[in-house]
Amino acid sequence: MIFDFEEASIPLESWIEIGVNWLVDNFRPQFQAVKWPVEKTLNGIDGLLQMAPPIVFLVLLFIIAWRAANWKVGVFGVLTFLLVGFLGLWQETMTTLAMVISAVVFCVIVGVPLGIIAARSERFADSIRPLLDAMQTTPAFVYLVPVVMLFSIGTVAGVIATIIFSMPPIIRLTNLGIRQVREDVVEAAHAFGATESQILWKVQFPLALPTIMAGLNQTMMLSLSMVVIAALIGAGGLGEPVFEGLNSLRVGLAGIGGLSIVLLAMVLDRISQALGVSKHTQKKEG
Amino acid sequence: MTEKVVVKDLFKIFGHDPKSGLKLIEEGLDKEQIFEKTGLTVGVREASFTVNAGEIFVVMGLSGSGKSTLVRMLNRLIEPTAGEVFLDGENITKMNRKSLIDMRRHKMSMVFQSFALMPHLTVLQNASFGLDISGLGKQEREERAMNALDQVGLKPYADSLPQELSGGMQQRVGLARALAQDPDILLMDEAFSALDPLIRSEMQDELLKLQEISERTVIFISHDLHEAMRIGDRIAMMEGGRIVQVGTPDEILKNPADKYVKSFFRGVDPTTVFSAKDVARKSQLTLRWHKGEGAPRAALEQLREEDREFGYVIDKQRKFMGVVSTDSLESAMARDENTLDAALLDNVEPVPAETPLQEILAVVRRYEFPVPVVDEDNVYLGVISKNAFLRTLEAGVPETGAGTA
Ligand SMILES: Nc1ncnc2c1ncn2[C@@H]1O[C@H](COP(=O)(O)OP(=O)(O)OP(=O)(O)O)[C@@H](O)[C@H]1O
Ligand SMILES: [Mg+2]
Repeated sequence: MIFDFEEASIPLESWIEIGVNWLVDNFRPQFQAVKWPVEKTLNGIDGLLQMAPPIVFLVLLFIIAWRAANWKVGVFGVLTFLLVGFLGLWQETMTTLAMVISAVVFCVIVGVPLGIIAARSERFADSIRPLLDAMQTTPAFVYLVPVVMLFSIGTVAGVIATIIFSMPPIIRLTNLGIRQVREDVVEAAHAFGATESQILWKVQFPLALPTIMAGLNQTMMLSLSMVVIAALIGAGGLGEPVFEGLNSLRVGLAGIGGLSIVLLAMVLDRISQALGVSKHTQKKEG
Repeated sequence: MTEKVVVKDLFKIFGHDPKSGLKLIEEGLDKEQIFEKTGLTVGVREASFTVNAGEIFVVMGLSGSGKSTLVRMLNRLIEPTAGEVFLDGENITKMNRKSLIDMRRHKMSMVFQSFALMPHLTVLQNASFGLDISGLGKQEREERAMNALDQVGLKPYADSLPQELSGGMQQRVGLARALAQDPDILLMDEAFSALDPLIRSEMQDELLKLQEISERTVIFISHDLHEAMRIGDRIAMMEGGRIVQVGTPDEILKNPADKYVKSFFRGVDPTTVFSAKDVARKSQLTLRWHKGEGAPRAALEQLREEDREFGYVIDKQRKFMGVVSTDSLESAMARDENTLDAALLDNVEPVPAETPLQEILAVVRRYEFPVPVVDEDNVYLGVISKNAFLRTLEAGVPETGAGTA
């Protein structure tokens, strides 16, 4: 019988294993080089957040939320984190926050320049579009596979998966934002003798900023969702109580974990959305 | 008069392989034929002209005739396909990137139809944009920008955002941004076209006023004849990428090069464009003035012979002396006063040559005879009859042979 799945099977599994082992053996330095800055950043931020007394953190949070948005968001943020603390999930929340911040930092560092290049080169934009599409359609869960294969498990691997997963919006919206800048304004800058880099930094980038900020907001939301899923590969953080609760049928534990994630998401969303808006309306010093 | 900008055989062809379009142009094909054959668009073809220092040079033509393309080749926002542009004798088309940027920063500034202001910058920051780009310190550039804003009357709005201002004010900011550079040459691409008529003529006056204070070379694009006539020292007419005529407004009006140019004048209110001398005709009998006795009789004879009622008296230098009629001559003779002086009609005021037609209507109506027109030396140029005046209004153009005939 041709369709006897028991008898004949494609040994893809072992091929992948061989392939990955080969990659890891031969490109160890490269993978380490990727891992190293992520690890340092993550540890730095995580250490800071874990170390800071909750009261200091809450005051800073209030100030940031208040400056970026308004005092209501500040109060909301403080209440959220107080609740999370009293639920006994302070440490997990700090880990999750550290992972999100690290991931977003790398997304911005890598994504904004890629978006800028895409806006200036049709060929580059065309060539990364399918890649970005693939990145966005791949279910979050599946991301963990190659990451674990190449970077093994743990918090750093979780952040790397998160970076890849949440990168597309900031690239797309940086590209879009710059392309949306009115052509006549760019022409005027040319007419007044602006160089290419002056046009980018004095005209295109500031005018694209609200759109880029919208991309940042999306990236941040995506990375929060991915960070939670990354608990599956031992990344820790708020995903862990949810994961553990589901595994051992402790619905209450899963519930408080879930609630904390939702509240955290709301706080981050409000703050990052407000960043984009305030930058837009605020008069800038020339 | 010094030549500021010299344009020689300038071509712009849009599309792939523009050089192949050049060949077709040489073969004598026109814009439409070339587009049908190759898909190439002829933007500008064989443009040659000179702009003098200090003049307002208007480029006029219908939409798509290549005006914007032409001026953008002057600062190379659009790269010419062939030809040369000289600014103060220096070949712009051969400039490298650095000198080109330098030239844009210091010699040529541009004002845009869409204003093209930076929405994220205040009025003052917009006005100092060009100076900022050229690396001027904050204090100096704001001082100069403030000065420019003052020139266009916008100083109080320095801290507003452009979108808080009306269209006319926004374009003043655009103008201030260009003026702040203190450029030799202002390029204005339909700078006032987006403004409503009242604001538009206000801006035209503003520009003329600025020209009085410090004379710049202005290259001004317009598709509006009124505007061109009002502000242009010289006008270049464009059609299908070609410059079909260059001349002063008067020259172009009186001797339009072809039907296309002529067609522009249809629909133009002639009373704003023409002045008395354009309509004056020497259709009336002139009488030579002399002191001698018996002059009225001779004059009367002449009038009767020519079957005229009125005669226009001029002296040896053709200076206008007055008007006589058969009646006035007869009554003078009846009074036994035998000089022409005695027969001159009272209260006849000749019209100066430069009087706009608008103001002549009332005068023409006041007299029962055609109104005499004189130049600044009181030399008789002809008359304007009610009929001729009305015909001009109807036709939009003075009848041929007008003016100097
Ligand atoms: N970038 C371009 N690519 C292709 N064709 C162009 C381009 N720019 C202009 N053209 C064409 O060149 C011709 C001249 O255009 P241009 O914009 O100079 O006309 P214009 O006289 O300024 O018209 P308008 O009064 O509408 O501004 C038109 O046929 C136009 O379609
Ligand atoms: Mg145009």
